[in-house]
Amino acid sequence: MDETILKTEEQDFIEEDICVAENLVYHKPKTLTDTDLHYCPGCGHGVVHRLLMEVVEEMNIQDKVIGVAPVGCAVFAYNYMDIDMQEAAHGRATAVATGIIRVLPDKLVFTYQGDGDLAAIGTAETIHTCNRGENILIVFINNAVYGMTSGQMAPTTLPGMVTTTSPFGRDVKTMGYPLKITDLVAQLPGTYYVTRQAVNNAGNVRKAKKAIQKAFQFLQQRKGTCFIEIVSNCPSNWKMTPVESNKFVEEVMIPNYPLGDLKVPKEEQK
Amino acid sequence: MGELRLMKGNEALAEAAIRSGCDAYFGYPITPQSEVLEYLSREAFNRTGMIVLQAESEVASINMIYGAAGAGKRAMTSSSSPGISLMQEGISYIAAAELPCLIVNVSRGGPGLGTIQPSQGDYFQATKGGGHGDYKLIVLAPSSVQEMADFVRLGFDLADKYRNPVMILADGAIGQMMEKVELFEQLPRGGTYSKPWATTGKTKDRERNIITSLHIDPRQMEKINLRLQKKYKEIQEKEVRYETFKIEDADYILTAFGLGARICKKVVEIGREKGYKLGLIRPITLFPFPFKVYSEIAEKVKGILDVEMNAGQMVEDVKLSVNGKTRVEFYGRMGGIIPTPEEILEYFENKFLKGE
Repeated sequence: MDETILKTEEQDFIEEDICVAENLVYHKPKTLTDTDLHYCPGCGHGVVHRLLMEVVEEMNIQDKVIGVAPVGCAVFAYNYMDIDMQEAAHGRATAVATGIIRVLPDKLVFTYQGDGDLAAIGTAETIHTCNRGENILIVFINNAVYGMTSGQMAPTTLPGMVTTTSPFGRDVKTMGYPLKITDLVAQLPGTYYVTRQAVNNAGNVRKAKKAIQKAFQFLQQRKGTCFIEIVSNCPSNWKMTPVESNKFVEEVMIPNYPLGDLKVPKEEQK
Repeated sequence: MGELRLMKGNEALAEAAIRSGCDAYFGYPITPQSEVLEYLSREAFNRTGMIVLQAESEVASINMIYGAAGAGKRAMTSSSSPGISLMQEGISYIAAAELPCLIVNVSRGGPGLGTIQPSQGDYFQATKGGGHGDYKLIVLAPSSVQEMADFVRLGFDLADKYRNPVMILADGAIGQMMEKVELFEQLPRGGTYSKPWATTGKTKDRERNIITSLHIDPRQMEKINLRLQKKYKEIQEKEVRYETFKIEDADYILTAFGLGARICKKVVEIGREKGYKLGLIRPITLFPFPFKVYSEIAEKVKGILDVEMNAGQMVEDVKLSVNGKTRVEFYGRMGGIIPTPEEILEYFENKFLKGE
C-alpha cells in the first residue's frame, strides 16, 4: 500500500475518534479576540491575558467587566480582550479605574499594569487607590524590566541585574533598591486581598488563575481593592530563550519575590 | 425668574455643577478655588447623588475625569494655574480620546508658584494647547458670578455636543467676589446626550467599546488628526460668542476678556464722559476666538487697545484678526495686580493717543 495514503487514513481515524466534545481539555476563551498577540515568544503577558479572559468567560461577567490598559508592553491589551476597555496615560491606570468604578459602582473594574507603570511613575496613584480601598482589581506584572522601551532598569530590577540603564548591574548604592510595592500595599487597610503569583510553569498558572477568580468574586461582593502581582519574565530584554527565562524566574526572581498570599481576608483563613 | 442668591463665584460654579446634573467631581485643593471642592463635598451627594472625591493630586483628578467621562458620565474638575499645569498631559489624552468633560481654571499669577492673586496669564495655555499635540479646548471666559454659574451648564452642553473637553477660564477675583446670581432650575443627572461609545460593559448586542488615544499607524493617526481638525473648524463656525458695548459709534475700541472686560466697561463710561468715543469688545469664547468682529470693526475705527492681566497674550489673536488694518496696542499688569479703570484711561490718553 502507498505510504501517503496510509497516513491520510490514520489522520481521518484520529479526527473522527478523538476530536469530540467529551475529549476537549482546552479551548480559547470566546472573550479573547482573534487578533494575533504582539508579545515576544515565551512572554508571560499572553498567559495572563488568557487567564483573565478565561475567568471572565467562566464567571459570565463579560457585560460587567471594564478593563484599564497601561502604557508599556500591555498597552494594546484592549486589542486582545473582548471587553470594554480604556487606555490610560502612563502610571494613571488606577486613577482612571477610580473614575470608572465611582460612577459605575456595579461594574467589575480591573487595571493591568507593568512594574514601571505601577511602581515608578504611577506609585502615588497605586498607593492612594489601594488606601481608599477602591473596589477594583489591580493586576501587576513584574518582570523587573521596562519591556516596551527595550530593557531599561525598572523599580523592581534586582540588585546586580544588568539592564540597558544599569549596564554594570543595578548598584543599590546609587540606583536604589528593588521596590516591593506589593508588600507595601498589603499594609494598607484599604486592600482586601493581596497575593503574589507566577506563570512560569503549569502549576503556578493554575494557582494564578485561582487568585484571579477569587479577586473577581471579592469585587462582586464589593470587598475593596484586590491586588495580584504576577512575577513574570522578559526573554527578549533579559537576552534569554523562553526556557532560560522561566528558569530565571524560578531560580532568581521567585526567591526575591516569594509567591503566596500577602493578605488574606479573614473569612478565607477559616 | 430663577432663584436669586448672593454667592461667591466659586460657590456659584459649584452650585451650577449640581444643578447641571453633573455626575462626578474629582479635585484637589488649591487657592483661590478650594471653595468649589468644599461646597460640593457639603452639598452635592445628598442632593443629587453626585460623586465628589478629593484626589491625591491634580494628576490623579484629571485621570479620574478621563475614567468617569469614558464611562459616559458628566464629569468635571477645577483647579488653579499650577494645578492646571499638572493636568496638561491628561487634558491632551482627554482631547485625543474625545471625552466630554468640564475643566475649570480659577487662575492666579505665575509663573511658578507665583501668587494667589488673580491673573490672566494662562490664556496661551488654555487656547493654544498647553499639553502636547494638535488639540483644542472650547474655552469660556466668565466675567461675572452670574456667568460662573451659567457657563457650567453651557460648558457641559458644548462638551457633550462636540465630544470635546471644555475649559472655563476664570480668575481668582471672579472666583472670590460675591454678587447676585440667578440660578437655573435643577436639571436631571447626566444630561440628555446618548453616549453609545462609553465603556459600560460589553453587552451581546454590540462590539466592545475602547477609549484610547493610541494609534501606532501614522496613516491612522493622521486620519484622526484630520477628523479632530474638522471638528474644531465646525466649532469655530458655530460656537463663537462675544459681547460688544457701545461699539456702534466708537472711534477707539478697548478689548479684554473676563475680569479685564469688567474694568474696561468702566473705562468706556468714564472715557465717554471725557469725550472719547470708546467701545468694548469682550470675547466670551476664547476658543473659538471671535476673529470676525475684530476684522470688521478694524475698518471703521482709529485703533484698538487690548487690556489684559498678563504680558500680552490675547493681543496676538487680536492682531491676527485685524491683520494690520488698524493699530493694535497692549496695556497689561502682571503678577496678580488688577489694573484700575483710571490707570487704563490714563494710558489711553497719554500713551495710546499720543502714539498716533
